Amino acid sequence: MQLESMYQEIILDHYKNPHGRGLREPFEAEVHHVNPTCGDEVTLRLHLEGDTVADVSYEGMGCSISQASISAMYDLVLGKSVTEALATGEDFMTLMQAKGDPTVAEKLEDTLEDAVAFAGVSKYPARIKCALMSWMALKDASARALATTNPGGTP
Amino acid sequence: MTQTVSRPVGAHEPLPLDVEAIRADFPILTRTVRDGKRLVYLDSGATSQKPRSVLDAERWFYENVNAAPHRGAHALAEEATGAYEAARATIGGFIGAPDREIVFTRNTTEAINLVAYALSNAATAKEEEFRTYAVGQGDEIVVTEMEHHANLVPWQQLCERTGATLRWLGLTDDGRLDLSDLATVVNERTKLVAVTQQSNILGTINPLGEIVARAREVGALVLVDGAQSVPHQPVDVTELGADFLVFSGHKMLGPTGVGVLWGRYEVLDKLPPFLTGGSMIEVVRMEGSTFAAPPQRFEAGVPMTAQVIGLAAAVEYLQGLGMDTVQAHEEAITGYALQKLAEIPGVTVVGPPDTVARGGAVSFTVEGIHPHDVGQVLDDHGIAVRVGHHCAWPVVRRYGVPATTRATFYVHTGYDDIDALADGIRAAQKFFGTA
Repeated sequence: MQLESMYQEIILDHYKNPHGRGLREPFEAEVHHVNPTCGDEVTLRLHLEGDTVADVSYEGMGCSISQASISAMYDLVLGKSVTEALATGEDFMTLMQAKGDPTVAEKLEDTLEDAVAFAGVSKYPARIKCALMSWMALKDASARALATTNPGGTP
Repeated sequence: MTQTVSRPVGAHEPLPLDVEAIRADFPILTRTVRDGKRLVYLDSGATSQKPRSVLDAERWFYENVNAAPHRGAHALAEEATGAYEAARATIGGFIGAPDREIVFTRNTTEAINLVAYALSNAATAKEEEFRTYAVGQGDEIVVTEMEHHANLVPWQQLCERTGATLRWLGLTDDGRLDLSDLATVVNERTKLVAVTQQSNILGTINPLGEIVARAREVGALVLVDGAQSVPHQPVDVTELGADFLVFSGHKMLGPTGVGVLWGRYEVLDKLPPFLTGGSMIEVVRMEGSTFAAPPQRFEAGVPMTAQVIGLAAAVEYLQGLGMDTVQAHEEAITGYALQKLAEIPGVTVVGPPDTVARGGAVSFTVEGIHPHDVGQVLDDHGIAVRVGHHCAWPVVRRYGVPATTRATFYVHTGYDDIDALADGIRAAQKFFGTA
């Protein structure tokens, strides 16, 4: 059984009891992302207070990996600056490209917290995009929110 | 042939095909996956595995004959042309068609696009006879809600290019075509009806006779998507009565990179080309060109010769088994699979619940577990299935599910494969704590 390496207990917990789920107001940007090969979907709203991620609210449907990833992301980015949140997203991307290399996961453990449990997913190329969908949506929403709150300028 | 198969557990009737003997013909079936598990390949609907005779045919061509057919006059060129055209005759014979009605394409998708582009190119063709089937404003194209994206998106695009209107036949709750409004959906404005013979996701075999008869009444062309039927049941174009039949080599034990467009000759003859270039021409001058007769008109460039020869070997393999026997085998396996799935609480089949007018594509959902996760557990057991929307997104939407898990069967599928599937589903339920 290699399944446990992908479906860590933390992932299944996030899947069964997602954190921050539901669409809330206020928000500066709302995006809808789909995974066209499998039909996974997420609608994500981002609320900024100044440069700080004040809320990420979402609705989605999809597999355990895609849904747990959103929940873990919610915990990670709340209260961070947009720059920090996106940097965390880059770290998560690095984890997904690690092909199961445990040294990569060890290095990222402090920044990714629960999300480091997704390390096992990186051994299954077909599932990586499931885990990344939420982070792509957040990146998209950040760009849109900043364009709304800070027209013509950079953060 | 159409009764539901049921038998007591443990008392299997012999299957129509000798599964063990057939498996020995498929080199890939001897390999293992995921830490030494036997490969249980239940994804033939996506692409089929290849028997050794198909691989040998391609190797034979490259090692002994390789040259560009229909060009040059050297010995190899002559032999290559002979082998290519002999393969065309074999493949035509498989569906009861003369070889001049067989056009080789890359796959089913390209064959459908060929027809769709020929119909829009017709509107601007300088040759009057090529304008016979022109599609334009006020015309209608009819599809069904059951179609694979390959038999839907090209028609949406044709309508966008020409101003024609796309209409479709809906589905019933039990996974069949809803023909109650056939007479209004297919009407005097209809130029073409494009319909699948066997659904790649529901497994439904459609009553084409009724649809073809209605299309004939109003003078519409009919294109049949045979990607999931030609590999699995006897298909004869004379009985079909349609104008086009399209299918892919790789889903019927043949190589990737070769598909077939069969077209009624008198229709093909009046269609302008889709792709243009070498070998599809009659005379070329700087000012303009004229085109060869079918099928060459639709085969621009050096063709996929080795793959065509491989496909002919696949056809001969299937003919050796007999398509009636292949169909009976899959029906027995499908009946057994439907029975085994029905025994698992929480499993729901999306599509016809019995083997009446049904092929061997069995889609299902497992309560409380996303299809991706079901597929992942099955993969861990060495079982290859397809998960997702199966390139038929409107179908999963119609039945209110985000996606399904799909098992598809072929000549090497045995009771042991279905037992492995059922055990794998139960393991997924245990793993995710839903049963």
